[in-house]
Amino acid sequence: MIKQLSVFIENKKGRLAKITGVLADAGIDLIALSIADTTNFGIMRGIVKDPDKAVNILKENGFTASLAEVFVVEVPDEPGGLSNVLQLLDEADVSIEYLYSFVFAQNENALILFRVEDIDGAVAKLKQNGVKLLTADDIY
Amino acid sequence: MIWNEGIECASREKIEAIQLERLRSTVENCYNNVPHYKKKLDAAGVKPGDFKTLADITKIPFTEKDDLRANYPYKLFAVPMKDVVRIHASSGTTGKPTVVGYTQNDLDMWAEVVARLACAAGATSEDIAQISFGYTLFTGAFGLHYGLEKLGATIIPISGGNTDRQINVMEDFGTTLLVSTPSYALYLAEVAKKKGIDTKKLPLKIGMFGGEGHTEQMRAQIEKELDIIATENYGLSEIIGPGTSGECTVKDGMHIAEDHFYCEIVDKDTLEPVPYGEPGEMVITSLSKEALPILRYRTKDITWLIPEKCKCGRTSMRMAKIQGRTDDMLIIRGVNVFPSQIEGVLLDVEGIGPHYEIIVKKDGVMDKIEVMVELVDASLLESFSALEEIEKKIKHDLFTILNISADVHLAEPESLKRFEGKAQRVTDLR
Repeated sequence: MIKQLSVFIENKKGRLAKITGVLADAGIDLIALSIADTTNFGIMRGIVKDPDKAVNILKENGFTASLAEVFVVEVPDEPGGLSNVLQLLDEADVSIEYLYSFVFAQNENALILFRVEDIDGAVAKLKQNGVKLLTADDIY
Repeated sequence: MIWNEGIECASREKIEAIQLERLRSTVENCYNNVPHYKKKLDAAGVKPGDFKTLADITKIPFTEKDDLRANYPYKLFAVPMKDVVRIHASSGTTGKPTVVGYTQNDLDMWAEVVARLACAAGATSEDIAQISFGYTLFTGAFGLHYGLEKLGATIIPISGGNTDRQINVMEDFGTTLLVSTPSYALYLAEVAKKKGIDTKKLPLKIGMFGGEGHTEQMRAQIEKELDIIATENYGLSEIIGPGTSGECTVKDGMHIAEDHFYCEIVDKDTLEPVPYGEPGEMVITSLSKEALPILRYRTKDITWLIPEKCKCGRTSMRMAKIQGRTDDMLIIRGVNVFPSQIEGVLLDVEGIGPHYEIIVKKDGVMDKIEVMVELVDASLLESFSALEEIEKKIKHDLFTILNISADVHLAEPESLKRFEGKAQRVTDLR
């Protein structure tokens, strides 16, 4: 399973720069990044090398940060690639909290990260249907 | 016109004679009928018969908001509940309201003192009065309602909120007198203008404002925008509600209903009486109230007394505009708010830290309150809705306690100010 980093960001100038700066100083590479926001606050989510170290270092620097288990699927970069996966999850009655896509230099397919309520159920269903899931080794 | 010339223009001797006689009976009533006062007076070694002059009043221990809280809800009442015909309440410092009661005589007296100040503000039986205070437990709306009715004015009990409707009614019903907070009056003017209404052409001519103070600049602005005479009145529910004092059209201090309320000014630190004209905390004793007589109530409001006869002809003692407070109470859209109430709400919410900041500012002309708290529970980050839920919950709980809506902002941990000494959590930008 892949661990994703989540960090709370106040909607104030310079906060994201501060977070990425803390990670950079610790030599932590950002692989994927997504930001969701309301008018008042946002949540930065991403995949980093060494997530445990990242979360500790952010907490030491006064951020609210946590790790969550997510999975990443590799889908062909063509129409219907994502749709197929979503249909399977729907059939398995899995609710999606959020998802975002990212690219990876070594890979020409699209990568989609999922956070769902029933991660085991989702992974089992996708595997049965031959969807390619990335492992931690593929990413880190 | 003067509503009650016999009292409002009476000589000092006559007023003081009435005050002394009523002070004696009030103390006697408190001593005989309210265990709390008996205990306090006994502890101070004061007997009801000890009052030879008005200056003897300083022998009586002070009463504070905490005393009302400690005797929640009815234990300070001096009459049986069957004689209490009305209850009002205001926000207390810890979420529990302070409860006040009225007998029929109290309500009659209340209407009388409000009629006096309405008359002083220029109101007559010809006026059509729109009461835009909320008809709730707060004393504002009901106090002005019965006083203006006694005066013979036509009452439109529209209550608070729904600004569009307020403006429609004002236009269609021919409102000539507006009762509201001063900031709401300005807001009404602003909204009316946006709707393309020429506010100067409305029949409105008198404003009776209370619930919160206003500066002379704000008064000038209201008078200009609405083309009215804006007067201020003062009161607090513990004493009676609006009606303790109010301005006449000279607008130079608020005339006190001295035959019903005895006002003293004491030094805010030593609590010793100060001479006329010197600022200090106002302390009020009720002189005729039956249900909830109150002895030397510390208002925490800073003002001074003006003994000279007013240009309007009234001889009654006046009090200056409230200059500030001795405690941290905030007045937001006419509602009393204590930072401790906000703190109480925040401490009950899980997932957030104990530090907070309160920012009060003007959004246009209306007061706006912002509450910032630190998010500490990182597990909430997985669900956006959980975070929004926390904001919503805090907002809802604050509304339940304070009856006003606040903007809630989640902040990062350790991002809010920390204090070594007395915390300064409130920033008032108004």
